[in-house]
Amino acid sequence: MIEPDRIVSTTCPYCGVGCNLQLHIKDDFIYKVTSPFESVVNHGNLCVKGRFGYDFIYHSRRVTTPLIRKTPQVPGSRTQAFDQDEWRQASWDEALNYIADRLVEIYRRDGPQAMAVYCCAKATNEDNYLLQKMYRALFRTNNIDHCTRLCHAGSVVALQMAVGSSAMSNTAAEVIHNDVFIVTGSNTAETHPIIAIQMKAAVEKFGAKLIVVDPRRVEMVNYAALWLPEKPGTDVPVFSAMAHVILNEKLYNQDFISRRTENFADFAASMEKFTPEYAEAISGVDRQLIVQAARMYATAKNAAIYWALGIPEHSHGTDNAMALIHLALLTGHIGRTGTGLNPLRGQNNVQGASDSGAMPWHYPGYMPVDNADIAAKWEQRWNIEAGGLNQVRGLTTTEILSAVSPGSVRSLYIMGENPMMSEPNLNHTRHQMENLEFLVAQDLFLNESGAFADVFLPAASWAEKDGTFTNTDRRVQRVRQALAPRGQSRPDWQILCDLATRIEARLGRPQSAYWSYAHPSEILEEMGSVVPDYAGVKYHRLEDEGLQTPVWDDQHPGTPTLFIESFPRGRAKFHPLEYRPAVEMPDDDYPFILTTGRVLEHWHGGSMTRNSKLDELYPEARMELNPADAARLDIHDGQTVRVSSRRGSVVLRATVTQKTTLGVVFIPFHFVEAAANLLTIDALDPQAKIPEYKACAVRVVPAKESELVKPEVRVVRGRY
Amino acid sequence: MPGEITLTIDGESVSVPPGTTILEAAQTLGKHIPTICYHEACTANGLCRICVTEVEGGRVLAASCVAQAAEGMKVHTRSERVERSRRTILEMLASAVELGDAPEIEAMLQDYRADAERFPGGERREVPLLDDNPMYVRDYSRCVLCWRCVQVCAEDAQYTYAINFSGRGFETQIATFFDKPLPETTCVFCGQCVGVCPSGALKPKREWLMEQGFKTGEILDMTRGERRKRRNGGAA
Repeated sequence: MIEPDRIVSTTCPYCGVGCNLQLHIKDDFIYKVTSPFESVVNHGNLCVKGRFGYDFIYHSRRVTTPLIRKTPQVPGSRTQAFDQDEWRQASWDEALNYIADRLVEIYRRDGPQAMAVYCCAKATNEDNYLLQKMYRALFRTNNIDHCTRLCHAGSVVALQMAVGSSAMSNTAAEVIHNDVFIVTGSNTAETHPIIAIQMKAAVEKFGAKLIVVDPRRVEMVNYAALWLPEKPGTDVPVFSAMAHVILNEKLYNQDFISRRTENFADFAASMEKFTPEYAEAISGVDRQLIVQAARMYATAKNAAIYWALGIPEHSHGTDNAMALIHLALLTGHIGRTGTGLNPLRGQNNVQGASDSGAMPWHYPGYMPVDNADIAAKWEQRWNIEAGGLNQVRGLTTTEILSAVSPGSVRSLYIMGENPMMSEPNLNHTRHQMENLEFLVAQDLFLNESGAFADVFLPAASWAEKDGTFTNTDRRVQRVRQALAPRGQSRPDWQILCDLATRIEARLGRPQSAYWSYAHPSEILEEMGSVVPDYAGVKYHRLEDEGLQTPVWDDQHPGTPTLFIESFPRGRAKFHPLEYRPAVEMPDDDYPFILTTGRVLEHWHGGSMTRNSKLDELYPEARMELNPADAARLDIHDGQTVRVSSRRGSVVLRATVTQKTTLGVVFIPFHFVEAAANLLTIDALDPQAKIPEYKACAVRVVPAKESELVKPEVRVVRGRY
Repeated sequence: MPGEITLTIDGESVSVPPGTTILEAAQTLGKHIPTICYHEACTANGLCRICVTEVEGGRVLAASCVAQAAEGMKVHTRSERVERSRRTILEMLASAVELGDAPEIEAMLQDYRADAERFPGGERREVPLLDDNPMYVRDYSRCVLCWRCVQVCAEDAQYTYAINFSGRGFETQIATFFDKPLPETTCVFCGQCVGVCPSGALKPKREWLMEQGFKTGEILDMTRGERRKRRNGGAA
């Protein structure tokens, strides 16, 4: 038996569930991860990533010294350098001075619109707060965004419009108090495994009824009372038809509608055409299933809706989320324990990065940038002259790269993100990356995006720094340093303070915005001094269970359930809806709908999991194809296929499975060898600016084994 | 409080709500009753019988993890009969199973003055270690058949049902269906089973390699690229 030198309690760096981890360490080596059984979040349960997937921090490919590109890069012909021989090692002084010089040069020449930054939903609240502060206070730009734009932007915008808040209304563990719950656009068992096992228990032990609405036969369907297999992108007709039935059969909660909502009449009128028959014709879902689902949800005592990216990642993602919100407002299934509108957030800290202002339209705390009174608050906090902050909304994630051109975005700072895997239509992304004048990457690995950079800054991993993550149900939890940073790597917050000080000196600002923090706790306190939701979030209060925001003051106990008395905007507002199809529908040339997503064993662009032994369990991309489609195309299980869209093409092996429905193929987006985002379309939702990852048209043809980029031995797996 | 049940445990009176087990009632008095198969995160199943207590008037000893407290019950947690029963269970366990990774059970052996050599020459449960996946190893020579791993793989946590009992009597062992390698079963490698194993039968592969004396760098080399080695035709 190994006796640990120490056991460090911290929070999992993978998904938004925010499981509590205990890292068992011997000789500075994490040899085991456990979880306390008394944890309120995960009750001692973990998934494969949390329990076994931490080893990326030790990977030999990890970069632990600052690097500067040997060959100077010029816009238009910027290249990727994966080989460390193409870089030279630099001191922190040299690397940071070089970055400060170049960024200030570009800022002086081209102004705030030339500057842009990707913050990081994997990094801590403190890291993100500092990075947006650096760009807002020093470069006076709001071109600040992160991957929330690519994930729940549609949900955030719809929730802001309808209720004035944009997070899960209830606590995930409350699912056992639901009588009925809807899971839609979420492969919960693979993407939020610990919430999924609580959902399974809700059904199996607590008698809840589950309604799954999803174009894939995801694992949760095995536990469902009803499965509505919609075609991708037809959420508005399906959920609006449910609203139609609820209105028609008078199953709505008139008292709630009268007391707590507005604009009901306009909305109700817009629902008239969404008959179950109409929805069936568009979505392929049997009208009787729609009627049953509507009755089941509306007549439940406590019902909740859980959704993930199948809802917002559409060119009509805001409308999709709005259609869900309407169901809760119609029935009053919100504002009580066991009800609610619950967008399951993807990243460990996507809620926190958004709360911390890593967004182009909002300061920390969702305070609009285009409001002079609010700007004045931050100007005062950051010692900036009155009117000094930029009050023009910045560019969003996808817009930033699209805007790369002379006269617009010239430089980009990327902390921890990997747009070269995660943006839609990667061939276009590549072209735009090549056109950047200056690129800084701050990460653990030279990933597909960092390889384009001029300077690479080695960041410390989550196990090597202090901070906080805010999980999907708004719980702010501690991240604790368990190990010394590897090599010369440094925690992000320290890198940013050091760099910001150098930039500030070059700009010759009369007063410092302040970068001399001794510990991340001081950074969070600074944020809490302006952001009311975080006013009472102090490190010493987070030791055990964390705190669920809003936390109004030092005595406030946190808020497990939102909207009990009222909504942040006062009355919740109904919005009339129209159905808009996906931008690209299947046709004779591209007859299949491609939908993308994740698998249990991997994380997003793969910087972590593909540098982990997790990769051994799931080493290659597979395309899921329905057996009937496979028979028609004469494609057998395991066969190599080429999948092409109007934008790109990949070669990978097919898995023939009932998990996907007729006419729909699925490819996970983790694998650079067959990057799903070479195929996806960069059509954006007009309000939320989120790309349509979940539906584009592709064609599938048999290919030769030799066309595979990196053929792998087939790993036989028996899991669902 | 009204509706509560009053019983005495080792002469001390205690009142508990209906449905409370003897084990929980004893805990409210600060009394420690040893357990092996019982785990707070699992459904109590009364398998190992180490938590037995003597209830006056009862024909047999009662497993306190499942036996519910009743009005007027008189319970003895360390009577002679209880002690002898626990000691014998521990001696039988020690005769057949490698307990070197089960510090709690080893402490019980001491506490009950159990003689690990009481049944010399008894057949030991010695089975080859199973190393069939990158995440964790299964060393069933250390398995005390507490059933916790099966429970958390099923309804107590994961609803995955990858493992269960196989065999009968002395041949009983935890196994996958048809002894398939774990990756080919429904296993999702959540490791809930590893988290509840009381005797080191289930262990993260890296911890196991560290125990074998490998250094950090060697462990990383050994647990990475197994697939690539296989692809190149060599044994992993």
